[in-house]
Amino acid sequence: MLPYNILVEVCVIYAALLFGVAFLAERRAKRGKLSWLRSPLVYTLSLSIYCTAWTFYGAVGYAARSGLEFLTIYLGPTLVMVGWWWVLRKLVRIGRRQRITSVADLISSRYGKSAVLGGVVTCLMVVATTPYIALQLQSVTLSFGVFARPAPEGLAMPTQSVTTIWVAIGLTVFTVLFGTRNLDANERHHGVVTAIAVEALVKLAALLAVGAFVVWGIASGPSEIMARINASPIAKVPADGSRWFALIFLSGAAFLCLPRMFQVLVVENEDERHLATASWAFPLYMALMSLFVLPIAVMGLAVLPAGSNPDLFVLTLPLSMDRNALAMLAFLGGFSSATSMVVVASIALSTMVSNHLVMPLWLGFRRGGASMSGDVRQLVLMSRRLSIAGVLALGYTYYRISGGGEALAAIGLISFVGVVQVLPAMIGGIFWRGATRIGAAAGILSGFAIWLYTLFLPSFGPDVLLSAALLDHGPGGFGWLTPQALFGLGNLDPVVHAVMWSLVMNTTAFLVGSLASFPRPLERLQGAQIVNVFDYSTGRHGWARSFVEAEDLLVMSQRIFGPREAQALFLTEALAQGKDGYLPDPTPEFIDRLERELAGSVGAATAHAMIGQIVTGASVSVQDLMAVADETAQIMEYSSQLETKSQELARTARQLRDANQKLTALSVQKDAFLSQISHELRTPMTSIRAFSEILMSEADLTDADKDRYSRIIHDEALRLTRLLDALLDLNVLEHGQATFRPETVVLRDMIDRAILSTSGVRSAQPITIVRNDASEAVILHTDVDRLSQVFINLIANARKYCVAPQARLTIRVVRVDGQTAIDFIDNGAGIPIVSQGLIFEKFSRLSDQSAAGGAGLGLAICREIMVRLGGSVSYLPGQGGAAFRVLLPQTAIIRAA
Amino acid sequence: MIDRRKPVFLERQTYRRHRLIDASRLVPLAGAFLFFVPLLWEYKVVAPDEQGFLAERMVYLFAVWFGLVVLAARIAARLRPEDFDRDHEVDVDPDSRDRG
Repeated sequence: MLPYNILVEVCVIYAALLFGVAFLAERRAKRGKLSWLRSPLVYTLSLSIYCTAWTFYGAVGYAARSGLEFLTIYLGPTLVMVGWWWVLRKLVRIGRRQRITSVADLISSRYGKSAVLGGVVTCLMVVATTPYIALQLQSVTLSFGVFARPAPEGLAMPTQSVTTIWVAIGLTVFTVLFGTRNLDANERHHGVVTAIAVEALVKLAALLAVGAFVVWGIASGPSEIMARINASPIAKVPADGSRWFALIFLSGAAFLCLPRMFQVLVVENEDERHLATASWAFPLYMALMSLFVLPIAVMGLAVLPAGSNPDLFVLTLPLSMDRNALAMLAFLGGFSSATSMVVVASIALSTMVSNHLVMPLWLGFRRGGASMSGDVRQLVLMSRRLSIAGVLALGYTYYRISGGGEALAAIGLISFVGVVQVLPAMIGGIFWRGATRIGAAAGILSGFAIWLYTLFLPSFGPDVLLSAALLDHGPGGFGWLTPQALFGLGNLDPVVHAVMWSLVMNTTAFLVGSLASFPRPLERLQGAQIVNVFDYSTGRHGWARSFVEAEDLLVMSQRIFGPREAQALFLTEALAQGKDGYLPDPTPEFIDRLERELAGSVGAATAHAMIGQIVTGASVSVQDLMAVADETAQIMEYSSQLETKSQELARTARQLRDANQKLTALSVQKDAFLSQISHELRTPMTSIRAFSEILMSEADLTDADKDRYSRIIHDEALRLTRLLDALLDLNVLEHGQATFRPETVVLRDMIDRAILSTSGVRSAQPITIVRNDASEAVILHTDVDRLSQVFINLIANARKYCVAPQARLTIRVVRVDGQTAIDFIDNGAGIPIVSQGLIFEKFSRLSDQSAAGGAGLGLAICREIMVRLGGSVSYLPGQGGAAFRVLLPQTAIIRAA
Repeated sequence: MIDRRKPVFLERQTYRRHRLIDASRLVPLAGAFLFFVPLLWEYKVVAPDEQGFLAERMVYLFAVWFGLVVLAARIAARLRPEDFDRDHEVDVDPDSRDRG
């Protein structure tokens, strides 16, 4: 139809056009005019690299073979996009904060900047993407074939093979020109992204145009299409529920893990808010792309001759109706789909390869250090260019070995299952701080191995890489190890089988490995920063107290960033530090920032290693930091111990102060008592002496006078005796020499007796005693005389000192905390707070005015008695008068009331 | 230790924003359920002379799809820039703060 060379010219012109777009966009970006380059629309359209030639050609073929199942590939990403608040938001935030350059970099960063893990993920991604690249080559080759000959079938193999080689070479050149213009992978590829956005529009327009042509051009409208769909053989294909479920999950997971999707979703993201727009706009884009797929498939099956390749209906339908322009648009749409995928995928993969394979190896071989001469920039760029070529070469090899005969969708799915092996380590890594490097490596490697064995190697067909016998009966005849029927699960669809086994083993190994291993300090640090990315606003910490020469850093940076950028960076930093010239002080903050900038170019692990080589010996390792943290914790603990101790000391000091005050007060009391007691002793002695002298000297005394005088002498002698008895009593009690004679008695009788024996006490006025007989029916076994003495003292005190107009003493028996207590409460003035602490001390008297003649020993005796009996007596404040509580010893109670 | 003290109760507007984000989290769950509904439909092999009902299934799936797009768009339109910087956690749970 169209001559081959014209087709090639159209392709070259189209590619040149795209290159022009990219170039203009880059120039605009350089001038700082980013307004529309940074719009959420461009971001959304750049996501459309998810829709590759697989979508453009393969979806129709897929629909023609299995009906609606092709939709699963778009429903999964739709769920991921509308659920952006769960995972994508966090991924993007992490990507921006940690300057992540690829999936491998994310995994490596999360697990302690592990170079090994980065390398493993890179290898996995390269192998898993290979079928995908092959798919693009195959689709472009097929579409060329359609145009070059009128009929798609019967193509001569040499032509096709030659075409494929040229397509591969063309794409390589295109990608190298496009993708490796600047080194910093984190610095957005404005040009590429813009070109992809343009291609996205071309794809969509082409597919919608073909769809509209099919619905309204060939058929008469939607209703006829509906009827045709139901009548078509596709409607009779039985659907597979397990595939539906597994593929939605698989595509959603692959959407997150595919290197090229990670590139556009996370690395090229300008602004987190763009996600909000893309969350609905990208599902809309995919829905529109899928809208006409089934109608095209149905019409293709109905209109085109039997045996036509359904993967090419998008092209062959317009061609068969002689719509050459439309067919050309469709061809360009397919070409766009393939090129944009290959460009971004190989950029993403080459970044990984150079950062995680080439650079670590190079650093390893050149132990001399990163500051040695030689331009690393050239090395990195060259390694990226070579890896782009390598990736395409691998794709071509896969295409050649697999024979190029498979349906596009089947090839794509193999690739999907491979890349999602990163999922457990990725999701586990960003949500679970317990995930470790060992676990991640174990998970990825086991998943990768199972994928290779159950899906990738068998995909080449029997007797290519795996023998037919092995495929059918397992290695060495072990049936339960058959690649596509592991452990006897033979009736599962191969893809579902591989997804299930690989992810189950992967996740199990990941979890067990993480649970069983212990992370290194750097892993824990990175884990905390990544899992809690929304909590931390500051950058990473790692370098401190460095004596590194700023010049060395500049030399190294120049070789990564290029002289101009590096010098600009150092100049700004020096200015910010207030220094002249290009050499800022290598403060920890600056080295940290430099490492982040480097990570944007060569990945976190490499950047860390390179800085590490220069800052050797000067860097504080994380172990050191941990030790410092430990020390700090110890100091904090010690200081809190000191605090406790000082509080204790303060308490003791207060107690001592109190005791001192009490002692001083007591000393004053004692002085007062001595003068009092000398007074008390002298008064009766004086009377006795005076009256006895009268009796001796006066002869003419009447009998009445003699009687009166001798009575006075007797009374005064009695008073002296009482006083001395009390002193003696207290002395005996205090020295524990008193003996007790317990008897059994009813409490009520004791109180009766005590009241009776105090009735003779001189008092200002009669006192009413309030009692409750029932509660006093407590049977005690104790020293009755001593306890009675306590009661007598308390009641006598009330009689003596209660000065209320209507004096009243309440005696009540109460239960306090399971103990029996007797309260003696009067309605007098009570005892002032200042004196409450002293009343039980010896010689303590509230005032000197007491006419009662007490020596201030009564309460002291009470206390001593109660202590000896095993109970206590205390002052009970707040009862509206003087109140004393006698707590009976628990052992004394035989039966409570 | 990070200072996690935050207010326990929020003013009405902030409360609405938090619920908006909750809604945003629920959209994919609803979508997943609706996308899996076709699994529950009877998938029988249609006899050669019978008509299938593939078109109806297709219409259902696209209806759900566009429904999700509309829902997500409405939520995205109501989000404000400051919502993006909000902590990952939904709300402040005083108990968990104590434990933390």
